[in-house]
Amino acid sequence: MSQKNALVDEFAAKAQAVSAFVSRVASPEEALEKVMAMCLERSACELLATGCELPLSGDAARLCDGKQQKVVAAPGLKKDLSKKLAKLCGDSGVRFVTEGLRDYVAGVDIGFTVADRAIAETGTMVFNSDSEDLRLATMVSEIHAALVPTSRIVATAMDMAPELRKTFSGAPNYTAFITGASRTADIERVLTLGVHGPLELHIYLWEDK
Amino acid sequence: MQTAKNLGEYRSELREALSDDFLRKAMDNFAVAYRVSREKAFAGMDIEAVVQNIAKTKDNAVARMDELFAQFKQKAEAAGAVVHLAKTAGEANEIIASIARKSGVKRVLKSKSMTAEETHLNHHLEAAGLEVTETDLGEFIIQLRGEGPTHMVMPAIHLSRYEVADLFEDVTKQKQDSEIEKLVKVARRELRAKFNQAEMGVSGANFAISETGTLAVLTNEGNARLTATLPRVHVFMVGLDKLTPNVEDALTAIKGLPRNATGQAITSYVSWITGPAQCATGPDGKKELHIVFLDNGRTAIAKDPLFAQALRCVRCGACANVCPVYRMVGGHKYGHVYIGAIGLILTYFYHGRDKAKNLVQNCINCGACKAVCIAGIDLPRLIKEVYARIQDEEGHSLPNAMLGRVLQNRSLFHGLLRAAKLVQRPITGGTPFLRHLPQFFAREQGFRALPAIAEKPFRDMWASLKPKVVAPKATVALFAGCVQDFVYPEQAEAMVKVLAAGGAAVEFPMNQSCCGLPVEMMGEKKAARDVAVQNIKALDPATFDYIVCGCASCASHLKKAYPRLLADDPGMALTAQRFADKVIDFSSFVRDVLGMDAASFTNDALKTAYHAPCHLCRGLGVTKQPRELIAMAGEYAQAAEEDVCCGFGGTYSSKFPEVSAEILAKKLSHVEATGAARLVTDCPGCVMQLRGGMEKRGSKTAVRHIAEMLADNLKG
Repeated sequence: MSQKNALVDEFAAKAQAVSAFVSRVASPEEALEKVMAMCLERSACELLATGCELPLSGDAARLCDGKQQKVVAAPGLKKDLSKKLAKLCGDSGVRFVTEGLRDYVAGVDIGFTVADRAIAETGTMVFNSDSEDLRLATMVSEIHAALVPTSRIVATAMDMAPELRKTFSGAPNYTAFITGASRTADIERVLTLGVHGPLELHIYLWEDK
Repeated sequence: MQTAKNLGEYRSELREALSDDFLRKAMDNFAVAYRVSREKAFAGMDIEAVVQNIAKTKDNAVARMDELFAQFKQKAEAAGAVVHLAKTAGEANEIIASIARKSGVKRVLKSKSMTAEETHLNHHLEAAGLEVTETDLGEFIIQLRGEGPTHMVMPAIHLSRYEVADLFEDVTKQKQDSEIEKLVKVARRELRAKFNQAEMGVSGANFAISETGTLAVLTNEGNARLTATLPRVHVFMVGLDKLTPNVEDALTAIKGLPRNATGQAITSYVSWITGPAQCATGPDGKKELHIVFLDNGRTAIAKDPLFAQALRCVRCGACANVCPVYRMVGGHKYGHVYIGAIGLILTYFYHGRDKAKNLVQNCINCGACKAVCIAGIDLPRLIKEVYARIQDEEGHSLPNAMLGRVLQNRSLFHGLLRAAKLVQRPITGGTPFLRHLPQFFAREQGFRALPAIAEKPFRDMWASLKPKVVAPKATVALFAGCVQDFVYPEQAEAMVKVLAAGGAAVEFPMNQSCCGLPVEMMGEKKAARDVAVQNIKALDPATFDYIVCGCASCASHLKKAYPRLLADDPGMALTAQRFADKVIDFSSFVRDVLGMDAASFTNDALKTAYHAPCHLCRGLGVTKQPRELIAMAGEYAQAAEEDVCCGFGGTYSSKFPEVSAEILAKKLSHVEATGAARLVTDCPGCVMQLRGGMEKRGSKTAVRHIAEMLADNLKG
């Protein structure tokens, strides 16, 4: 097995160990199709906004009311991909947003992004998150789906140190490491996913070169 | 939080905590689960190297604190942030309140920050008319309770799902289900609404990288990311100890921090923030970004040759996770704001002597914290040092000063022990235990039967016991320690028998006295030094090949503390080190030096459990030898949590008997679960605690010093 394959396998195993769903795709387009399929099959007759079905205060319930339609958010995609996803959404009656995510704090069903880097030793994805919309898409979505081009996987975080230094030097900068879904164990130490951010993280590995 | 005015009040608070069944169960489960997940997280890694690297990089950063701050300020301001430096907690709070005022802020969101807890920032902001909401789930819960955290990583670990459900009913004005998953989702929606409204976010940071002016924040929930993204103003509140020269050093620490904290390889989110990021509602579409550094004594600590290492702390909380006392009483009673072993130290510096003075005495000195610390901080030593300083400042308590004076005079001390033997007669009832304790004493010490002073101390038996060894393999001095000399001379007698059988010539120098650990624990440093000098002179390292000790606590004190205590004494430093080099515990000496093995003993096939004394397994790092010896002379039955403290801790058990009793109860239950007929350990202090506890339970399990077990089974 080549060194690169070993890295990809390690990344996949480590990401799965922190409850990410990892699958392989032949192309970015295939990832989009998977995202759409997931969006449609999930909660066929209800909108994804976890917690809105529970007894809430007035303020929290009103915010829930703000979400009336299935939403897929994908800021920062390359033009052709963005167009393709927009069409897939349009065909299925799903709202597609690429900016102004602040207006969707009530809830986004799926946020789709492309990782800039990935770190095999911990199953971590790295995103340059200068864009507020990108940050929000990876945070307020019920499901975060991300494409990881396998050429972008490095072995360890320390291997990225020179690159990180360079990135930070181009301030302002907001770089995010994301490993698994949002989690808490704050009540009786019971691990619970999706306390603030995504409840699920789906990773699509694409062998780009 | 510490509100007790004196030790008596503090102890009654401890008793209250001990009777909280939910807390006790939660803490127990956590203590056991934590060790498993930590071990898993570090599997295949060289933990020692991780610790060394973190200690080294943190020491470097702490030594360069001023320079790193200047560099950070320059870089961060060039990137568009405003950097503030607050000398005191009050100053930091006021800076943040005034930022809010100037920017017309009404609602503040907080993401967990121990530094903000340290300054009680919430109170200050609320007093300034701001609405403050904690967004970390645990912090949100305790904020609703109006409490401080009970753990640095899991602030609400002391609360049950039912208590959380009740709190959420208050918030939502709706009936809540107590299912944890649902409660988490309710918090998600309630806090999402808050995120949507707040104008200012406040968060802590784990690292402030000076080279690029970058802040790194580790969270699992992701609340720090939302807090730093949605509001138009953001304030980082950071202790100066978080300054780090470069990203490599931050990554070095991240390798250990989450693993040691929660057994995770990395937290779900690590955000690296440099300058004001894009923010649609901020001025010019950018965030208004402030970074408030807090000194509050850190600059002074950084310059202290001993305490500077306290600033290595990365706030993983592990020192609480493994502390047997924390496990019994929880964080509200085992800290003020900072919790666990590091809390006992930092409370003195950040919140003052008054908050620290009772707390700092509640260390059983088992060394579990030091062994788990990811930054290699010598926590037990710093705790003792804080206690010594408090006493130097406030005046030494009468019992402490008296014990110090008595121990400095060996013949007076031994004379008192002999006198005690005479007055105890009416209360032993002809048994080796003190049977009829005076009422006031019995009430607190009743959890264990206390031993009587022996009829004849070991030193009086020595002349008739001394064996003749032809062509000895080594000449050794026996250091008995007070307990073996005056309470359990039969243990020292058994040691001599085994040592002679193994071919060692044994001497018992009569001028030896107490090792001095009790006075060091009481903060009497001068007495501790004087006693050390006396013992070194009594057991001249030039005369003996080894100094063998059957008391784990004495042995580790002689070996580890003497060179340190006398390091600044030009006349003694070198001799103290030579002395320490020759000190060896009984089990290691028998096994490794004398090479005694299965052929030396008959195996009585008795099922035998082992208690690993803290000062042997952690203090001296001896784990293998006693277990091997037990298996040679009997059937070794492994008990759960063998290396957790028995609750003795020398003077600890008389100062905090209620805690000691509970730690002991757990230990004895683990031993009983093995079905062992015999419990063996290699420390007379532990024997005293364990035997007293077994006696009180009416248990049939015999508690023996390992020397006694071996002497009973010597071949030939």
